[in-house]
Amino acid sequence: MKLAVLVNEGPYQHQSSDSALQFVKAAVAKGHEIFRVFFYHDGVNNGTRLAVPPQDDRNITAEWTKLAQDHGMDLVVCIAAAQRRGILDENEAKRQGKNADNIAPGFRISGLGQLIEAGIQAERLVVFGD
Amino acid sequence: MAEPWEEEEGPVKKFMYVNRKAPYGTIYALESLEVVLIAAAFDQDVSLVFMDDGVYQLKKGQDTKDIGMKNFSPTYRALEGYDIEKLYVAKESLESRGLTADDLLVPVEILDKDALASLMEEQDVILSF
Amino acid sequence: MAMLHTVNKSPFDRRSLDVALTHAAKGAGVLMIEDAVLGAIKGTAVTAKIEQALGNLKIYVLGPDLRARGMTEDQVIDGVTVVDYAGFVDLVTEHDKVQAWL
Repeated sequence: MKLAVLVNEGPYQHQSSDSALQFVKAAVAKGHEIFRVFFYHDGVNNGTRLAVPPQDDRNITAEWTKLAQDHGMDLVVCIAAAQRRGILDENEAKRQGKNADNIAPGFRISGLGQLIEAGIQAERLVVFGD
Repeated sequence: MAEPWEEEEGPVKKFMYVNRKAPYGTIYALESLEVVLIAAAFDQDVSLVFMDDGVYQLKKGQDTKDIGMKNFSPTYRALEGYDIEKLYVAKESLESRGLTADDLLVPVEILDKDALASLMEEQDVILSF
Repeated sequence: MAMLHTVNKSPFDRRSLDVALTHAAKGAGVLMIEDAVLGAIKGTAVTAKIEQALGNLKIYVLGPDLRARGMTEDQVIDGVTVVDYAGFVDLVTEHDKVQAWL
């Protein structure tokens, strides 16, 4: 089945990111397709490449990046939510006159339309939040 | 054989946006409204539900000057212009908060919990924030 | 096909589990994940509510979240089914839509 996931919270602060990760890994293992993982609200903070979590615990952003690399998973960070919270790719940094970008590999910044499209195209949408 | 302009449009799904949180204490009310506005362009069958503290999102007379936040409640009045007209409010949530339809800034349909549960069953996609 | 309701906050902290049960139609599935797994345990102030709900609903709890919080399966209310993440995925595909009560 084609599944879509919405992640509403940032990494570590809430279990949402972890639950979403475990869910998509299990779905892939069962042969399902993850059409898109959309990150909204503080969920956009899953997409920063600047996090340095303690070495003896999971690296949530790196796990998402790995899913993008190993399975071509489409990880989309909402542009409006990202602008509010300071998650930028190179283009956005240039556009907004910021001196750095911080998006992690495997993530792309796009509009809320991508969430609606995921709701339309996928057979199920699962929301992880607070 | 259909002409290009006669071809069927894409799928139309019933999308429900469930709002359960009061405005300003968290960003969910504002950012879920932003989803709804963008979603309007996709011509889906949209319903908005306001329940629990979400009913306060529609409360008249929001004055945010002294908390230094933008009052975004006028945007709910603009929804009609986006063809988003199916706004539902939970009866029990209003009553337990001492509110009535007169306290709300837009026309809504008030549903009791059984009617709301039935409406939810009819949906294809449910978004929670 | 019925709806799958997911609940992730503790019933001792938030009303979400209560609200979910109130709005779940007969035959729907309710899955407790994250802190909501605390609602699946015998001998608590919410046990009776869950036992009553089992009359109309299929209720599930995510095992990994139970174990993380120091609970074991034998502490789970009779009639509540323990599932793992693979089971969570199956529940999603077996129901026609999912509603998250946050």
